[in-house]
Amino acid sequence: MKFLFFLKANIKRKKIRTFLTLGSYFAAFLLFGLLAAIKSAFHQGVDVAGANRLIVSNKTSIIMPLPLSYKEKIAEIHGVKNVTFASWFGGYYKDPKNFFAQLAVDSETYFDVYKEFKVDKNQFLDFMKDRQGCVIGKKTAEKYGFKIGDRIPIIASIWGGVWEFNLRAIYTGTKEEDDLTQFLFHASYLEERRPWGKGMVGWYIVETNNPDLAYSVSKEIDRKFSNSSYETKSDTEKAFALGFVKQIGNIELIILSIGAIVFTTLLLVTSNTMEMSLRERTGEIAVLKTIGFSDKLLYFLTVSESLFYSLLGGLLGIFTAKLFTLKGDPTGGFLPAFYISSSQIALGVLLIIVFGFFSGALPAYRVYKLKIVDALGRI
Amino acid sequence: MVNVNGKSDATSLIRARNLEKIYTRGEEEIHCLSGLNLDVEKGEFIAFMGPSGSGKTTLLNLLGGLDKPTKGSIVVNDIEITSLSENMLAQWRAKNVGFVFQMYNLLPVLTAYQNVEIPLLLTSLNKKERDEHITAALELTNIIDRKDYYPSQLSGGQQQRVSIARAIVSNPLFLLCDEPTGDLDRKSGDEVMTLLKNLSKQLNMTVLMVTHDPKTAEAADTILHLEKGVLIEGKVLK
Repeated sequence: MKFLFFLKANIKRKKIRTFLTLGSYFAAFLLFGLLAAIKSAFHQGVDVAGANRLIVSNKTSIIMPLPLSYKEKIAEIHGVKNVTFASWFGGYYKDPKNFFAQLAVDSETYFDVYKEFKVDKNQFLDFMKDRQGCVIGKKTAEKYGFKIGDRIPIIASIWGGVWEFNLRAIYTGTKEEDDLTQFLFHASYLEERRPWGKGMVGWYIVETNNPDLAYSVSKEIDRKFSNSSYETKSDTEKAFALGFVKQIGNIELIILSIGAIVFTTLLLVTSNTMEMSLRERTGEIAVLKTIGFSDKLLYFLTVSESLFYSLLGGLLGIFTAKLFTLKGDPTGGFLPAFYISSSQIALGVLLIIVFGFFSGALPAYRVYKLKIVDALGRI
Repeated sequence: MVNVNGKSDATSLIRARNLEKIYTRGEEEIHCLSGLNLDVEKGEFIAFMGPSGSGKTTLLNLLGGLDKPTKGSIVVNDIEITSLSENMLAQWRAKNVGFVFQMYNLLPVLTAYQNVEIPLLLTSLNKKERDEHITAALELTNIIDRKDYYPSQLSGGQQQRVSIARAIVSNPLFLLCDEPTGDLDRKSGDEVMTLLKNLSKQLNMTVLMVTHDPKTAEAADTILHLEKGVLIEGKVLK
């Protein structure tokens, strides 16, 4: 602690450089935080995927439907615990930019399969009683200021016209990464109003008795419907989500690669600044060694200074990124799960310490090896 | 009494025997010191003089444990410093040697008070004890009224006083001064030399000083000349 005034004095030595160094760390770790949030958003489906949930879709494409009659047949398969289904509605609220997923679901079974979605019991009963009722995720409700009892008009891009819904329940999640942006309503209402596609659903979600049965059940489902008009493709929910990520994987790769390059460059520049700062102080370091400061102590003080910059700037960067993500998806629906998880924050802090240490370690090694007589030019 | 023939008894504070220092520059070998002997008693004030390149500063470096000789030994207060590791040497310097440089070499971002505090950071003294030592050193060097000034706010003479306060604050065995007046005008230089002389007498402190200025050297008790890498008997002034 008694060496703290050294640190303070060095920080005040060149205020602009200190500011810029802190700024570099701040920018680098703000970027890290935002990239982490983008990565979370891309992988949200993978992260929340249940190990014992299967997605059964049309073998041709996810956008092709499956017959409603498959539900009973799937339920008969050994190892199946629950079956539910969902269909993509594809609409928007008032303006096309107000995008969030609307799904027509089998309301009696949907929440049995997605147990992580929590709905108040009374609100759920109200939803079940109302043909035009809907359940909305907490994030979407907050974003648009929806309250229980509100009448919500959705303009249907696929089916045409304005469909009106009554908000009967708001669901919450159990984990930070749970998707709280969905708009769920009765599949029966869709079935009743849509002019075509009757008796068809988008995809099935199958819950198995345990994760070990996932493989055999998926094989059995696909076998059962092989050579039919609507062949199926069954995957674990995780594999299904990964398939989605793969489709947009290039975009993710480009974003993350550019971010990583900028991040690394900022840190290299910061390390170079540290090196320059110490080079200017060569004479002073030699004087301290002359007075009796050991090589190890000076190494420690140099690395401490570097760590101070990285910790202050980096933590501020991550904190700011976290604050930014608390406001939710900045894209208006494209990245519904835009958040920084606690494990990503922990990784960020670890990186701050590692980069802080290594930014200081090389200059500190030079300090460590510095010969007093060479530095003072006393030969 | 200072002795340069290597035949003094073992009671001397500093005993240097057969010191050789050879530097290599490319393929060329430069013999800075060639079998130098020196015995210094406690409380002596010695000035080393000699032409440029005669090895004055090299000798000071060796006596201060900043560098190691190619051959020979240096024993200070019964410790052979030439056999100490770098780490041990650093500890030894912190406890036993005070350095005064020609260019003062104060840390520009620290106040006079903080500069003087630096050597005490390596001791186990607490804040209050450190403050007592610093105040005493600044009073002895008559610069206490400028303790909160930064080096850039002080004149050359004042900076050298702070530098001397820093050198004596941990009560070292001896002071090594490398051209302490080399960057000062005559008046300031005289004041600094008077201060060093008084410290030597009041604290019975051993002072070894390198200078090229005969007038500055006159403040010492003894002047020794370095020629061709060895010390030759000089003038005893006191």
